[in-house]
Amino acid sequence: MSSKRTYELIYVLKPDAPESEVADMHKQVAEIVERMGGTIDKTENGMPWGRRKLAYEIGHHKEGFYVLEVITGSGELMKEIDRRLKVTEGLLRHLIVRVDESTIKAERARAKRTEESRRRRVARGLPPDRQPGEGPQGDNDDDSGDMMFDVADMET
Amino acid sequence: MAFGGPKKSGPGGRGKAGDKDAKGGDKRRGGGFFRRRKVCKFCADKIDDINYKDVKLLSGFVPERGKVLPRRISGTCAKHQRGLRVAIVRARQLALLPYAAD
Repeated sequence: MSSKRTYELIYVLKPDAPESEVADMHKQVAEIVERMGGTIDKTENGMPWGRRKLAYEIGHHKEGFYVLEVITGSGELMKEIDRRLKVTEGLLRHLIVRVDESTIKAERARAKRTEESRRRRVARGLPPDRQPGEGPQGDNDDDSGDMMFDVADMET
Repeated sequence: MAFGGPKKSGPGGRGKAGDKDAKGGDKRRGGGFFRRRKVCKFCADKIDDINYKDVKLLSGFVPERGKVLPRRISGTCAKHQRGLRVAIVRARQLALLPYAAD
């Protein structure tokens, strides 16, 4: 059984790749996806993707051109894409991650939490949803810093 | 919020802090100082899905050296630290985060 799954594919092209090369790469991927009965749900190469700085140099390149594609298809499809990308020149990096499971998990966690808070509020004799202008939003109001730990804590 | 309890915990409020006091002359650990209780950022902000693409979020847990910030410092809970590690490792593969920096 080859079920439909959702994957994310990110690949990094050389920063000096002309636009035609970017389009070409996308076409190659799209072709495989189509051939093996999948669909491309989304392609992103604008902000925050596209041209961005690499965290470390890869073969003397300091920047890379990132493209994100969300693909629905079978595992065999992704295997084929992975194989193709591995042998493709001019590609700095690529990564395929299955995302459907983690999205479902996150949704479930969120649903559980709202349900729990509703239950608690009802138990306290309040309406299940938060009313506008009802006390502070969360109790982290004193936490103005973006970093929540003090550096003095570090034992170097 | 689930826990409305006290935000600060006094000395000795955390497990083994006591025996460290005896060993070194660390003034910060001594009495008198109140330390803010560390809370897991992902629990507090209700981030369910730690995503490797969220470089802004992850970079807060990767100090200059490029290592993953330990739990004892960030206060992240075990569950989220695990997810965080995976996300950081993925981000490193794509050069979104450094492996090491000097």
